[in-house]
Amino acid sequence: MDFLSPEEWTAVALSLRVSLWATVLALPLAIAVAWVLARKEFWGKQLLNGVVHLPLILPPVVTGYLLLLTFGRRAPVGAWLYETFGLVLAFRWTGAALAAGIMGFPLMVRAIRLAIEGVDPKLEQAASTLGASKIWVFATVTLPLILPGVIAGAILGFAKAMGEFGATITFVSNIPGATQTLPSAIYAFLQVPGGEASALRLVVISVLIAMGALILSEVLARRAAKRVGGA
Amino acid sequence: MSLHLDLHHQFPDLTLDLRFDAPKGVTALFGASGAGKTTVVNAVAGLLRPDRGKIAVDDWQLMDTTKGHVLPPHKRRIGYVFQEGRLFPHLSVQQNLRYGRWFAGLRGASTQEDRLVEMLGLGDLLHRRPGALSGGEKQRVAIGRALFSQPRLLLMDEPLAALDAPRKAEILPYLERLRDETQVPILYVSHAISEIARLATTVAVLERGQLRRVGPTEEVLSDPSLGHAIGLRDTGALLTGRVIAHHADGLSELAVGQNRLFLPHVDNALGEQLRVRVGAKDVMLSLTRPEGISALNILQSTVTEIRPGRGPGAFVQLSVGEEQMLARLTKRSVDALALQTGMQVYAVVKTVSVARADIGAEAILDTAETD
Repeated sequence: MDFLSPEEWTAVALSLRVSLWATVLALPLAIAVAWVLARKEFWGKQLLNGVVHLPLILPPVVTGYLLLLTFGRRAPVGAWLYETFGLVLAFRWTGAALAAGIMGFPLMVRAIRLAIEGVDPKLEQAASTLGASKIWVFATVTLPLILPGVIAGAILGFAKAMGEFGATITFVSNIPGATQTLPSAIYAFLQVPGGEASALRLVVISVLIAMGALILSEVLARRAAKRVGGA
Repeated sequence: MSLHLDLHHQFPDLTLDLRFDAPKGVTALFGASGAGKTTVVNAVAGLLRPDRGKIAVDDWQLMDTTKGHVLPPHKRRIGYVFQEGRLFPHLSVQQNLRYGRWFAGLRGASTQEDRLVEMLGLGDLLHRRPGALSGGEKQRVAIGRALFSQPRLLLMDEPLAALDAPRKAEILPYLERLRDETQVPILYVSHAISEIARLATTVAVLERGQLRRVGPTEEVLSDPSLGHAIGLRDTGALLTGRVIAHHADGLSELAVGQNRLFLPHVDNALGEQLRVRVGAKDVMLSLTRPEGISALNILQSTVTEIRPGRGPGAFVQLSVGEEQMLARLTKRSVDALALQTGMQVYAVVKTVSVARADIGAEAILDTAETD
């Protein structure tokens, strides 16, 4: 790639890797949480709802700092993860993925919850009378019907992960080649004289990736909706 | 095959408390809306858990709260046809039909499957999606889907209520074939007496969560004491007869015991058994054989019961050969004719007062059992 310098290319590749991991790992949990919020009544439901939405309303820097307090090398969860699995999050790309996943999580949950609420529980009842246990009902009826919502949620989460800056830079800093994602790189280039050209190239890349993701989600969601809509 | 029911459930505004046995054939749950019909069916399906009770199909225990035994819906092997079809929109008709088979452990096509497709007229629909079907077609697919998994019992909750009259007329013959050609007992919920008169072999009348009466359709429909529960204008008994002639002027003739009944033309072949619902309000009584009268049907009968109502009307039950009929008269007429039980009277029925929807095939359960 002549268009990008190796340093710029590293940032793009890292951002894609971080965002993909963040989306893939957060999605199943987001579906589960969305299902619980849409279909179950229980004590503390509003609390769960609030916690899920916290990253959306807190300043990202605060979220990043809270992550540091929880998942830092010497923090309770971080130390346990290191001792048990040898997994280090703070100041590593894995930590960037965690931060990006958490920031995108509420967006995923919202989109998927809306889709689940749109599924008629009577269809699920019908499936159960035909012999499907709860898990099978979910896999064969609910999930196919909410697929457009799941795709929309995943793309939203991915886009959010690509753009995440505040929490990432607080939690994992801005280390070129290790934790410098696209937005961090743009920020860094703008801090040095003569970096505008590099920043501009990355901005173009950002726009292209965002537009590509949006178009892809439209196409996938339309295809899924067509399957569901019949005709 | 029979269904044993014993249910107690307390709703804020309704106490459901009933027990009865539904023998093989079609058992209709009849009652006004709010009588608890759907609750009973949902309890059988396992979608609602009653406070107390027992449900069993033969010796297959679905629920027994005294033993803390409650099977979840997916283990009950009960087919359920809902009022609104509830087809899976993301699956083709064929996939919808096969959905339950897979969970029932039935793999691949079977001759029984082909027969159902043929019987319900689904052959041309298999590769379509539910979104592209008409209301009547959807309901036929829903019936097929419930039957494909070879259930031990079929529940139908107002399966025709969402359809207009022509679509109902389209589906009723399929339901009659279902009753006569499959061995699955059917619990059929309806508030339309004409559907029940055509399909049911047993009727259970519910009133505000309680069982008013259960018995063979002919008996229940000709019971004058159920006039209020069934609805005064809807009450009417069933006559069973054999088609003996189709006349050139567009009438069909039925032999009902010793009597002849002329009906608007029916498509059934000579010799076929039909059941005809004659509305009580459409029956006139005369002490002597009327002459010079336009009505074609004059049935010699005996008064078996007179039941005055709360208002100005009364129900008179008649026996016509082996059949029972109901006539709704005013109390004034009962007095004027000095009607007594045991009296010979002539029942007059206008041919045109019998609606096409009230004529259906007679249930042939006993012959079905042998094949």
